Amino acid sequence: MATPSTLVLVGTTKGAFILSSDDAREEWTVDGPHFPGEAVYAMAFDQRAGRSRLLVGVHSNHWGATIRFSDDLGRSWSGPERQAIRFPESSGLSLAQVWQILPGRAEEPDVVWAGVEPAALFRSEDGGETWAPVQGLLEHPHRPRWMPGGGGLCLHTIVLDPANLDRMAIAISTAGFYRTDDGGATWRPRNAGVRAVFLPDKYPEFGQCVHKVTHHRSRPERLFLQNHWGLYRSDDWGDSWQDVANGVPSDFGFAIQAHPHDPDTVYVIPIQSDEFRVVPGAQLRVYRTRDAGATWGALDDGLPQEQAFESVLRDGLAVDTHARAGVYFGTRSGKLYGSNDDGESWTTLADALPPICCVKTAVLAPS
Amino acid sequence: MAVSVVLPRALTPYAFGLGAVQLDGSCATVREALGQVAERWPALIDRVLTEQGELRRHVNIFVGDESIAFLDGLSTAVDDGVTITIVPAVSGG
Repeated sequence: MATPSTLVLVGTTKGAFILSSDDAREEWTVDGPHFPGEAVYAMAFDQRAGRSRLLVGVHSNHWGATIRFSDDLGRSWSGPERQAIRFPESSGLSLAQVWQILPGRAEEPDVVWAGVEPAALFRSEDGGETWAPVQGLLEHPHRPRWMPGGGGLCLHTIVLDPANLDRMAIAISTAGFYRTDDGGATWRPRNAGVRAVFLPDKYPEFGQCVHKVTHHRSRPERLFLQNHWGLYRSDDWGDSWQDVANGVPSDFGFAIQAHPHDPDTVYVIPIQSDEFRVVPGAQLRVYRTRDAGATWGALDDGLPQEQAFESVLRDGLAVDTHARAGVYFGTRSGKLYGSNDDGESWTTLADALPPICCVKTAVLAPS
Repeated sequence: MAVSVVLPRALTPYAFGLGAVQLDGSCATVREALGQVAERWPALIDRVLTEQGELRRHVNIFVGDESIAFLDGLSTAVDDGVTITIVPAVSGG
């Protein structure tokens, strides 16, 4: 294998793994586990401002949650010994888990965002070493009516407007999709058209169980949303949503991921139902749209098509930024699959990891 | 007499490798004892108590041979010479 250029970051219930490969992405080296025994639901790689920083949200069943980081691709880990993400005493809340870590825009190279449980958004202005809560969301008047989903009351999705530093959006299970246009001071629910099958009012202002939202930075106002039943698209930053479940075997699912280069191409991994959370027909298939949801087609070359009682969690699907995109996903049974050709064909990268919570990627900048 | 706080192996890195911490000052309750530990080893107590000062769900504390879950919780009285033991609960998956 030539010099590693591509990383696949895998968080599991029992530690983190770092897979590396070259541009061809045919042979992989598996490094780990890091933080053995601790659950890793959030990983990110930050290459802004000359950094090469891996950030990981770790959770010990006994000793709580924190964020650790490595500036040498996992050879050593640092991070504040103190629990860096802390709720203020006045909130009465305590950190349960870090669900999402997202480096900010290029124009704010020291800003990092973290979504946590109980649902809150934290902001770091020093690359992830110290953190403060976004008060406008922490003190949101809807908070008393937000309800925890199966994974707890978690803020699991952060969507940044690359052009407007005052606009960003988040998703909470179970609260729905919220957007700020004033830098986080105020947050408006943006769920019109998104169904809440589990509530008497099927189309409430908020309270939906949004599982994941994705978009492409070249067309940031066009969002794709995988709901707890329902697959949707918005062309106006969430002001309205349209059903685009056209040809998927189920519109239940968790993972959804936009293509790195084409804003109309999106991948999903449907799940049979909320009561039977395995892939439909026990056939492991990724579905892809290339026309913004008008049609979806199955990708299954190399994936098991019999007796595959698999499921993929909300952050278990990722793409890299190579010209021919790599697509990767991990299952709750610890299997990691990868494609180096936009999803046309798949190989098994690891088949006996602990249950996989998140998959992220990075293409290393030339040193 | 001093009160000693015995640590589980997982927490010794946050107390310079010590397996037990001797408290010199007087403390009336387990909460006060942990407060004294936190003054010297704040990262250690981060892992025992939440930021709201509550005992983490899967951590047990014993005063002598009895769990504070069956006494007065963090308000359990501490006598001179007693040993406070912090242990991870038998949990996991």
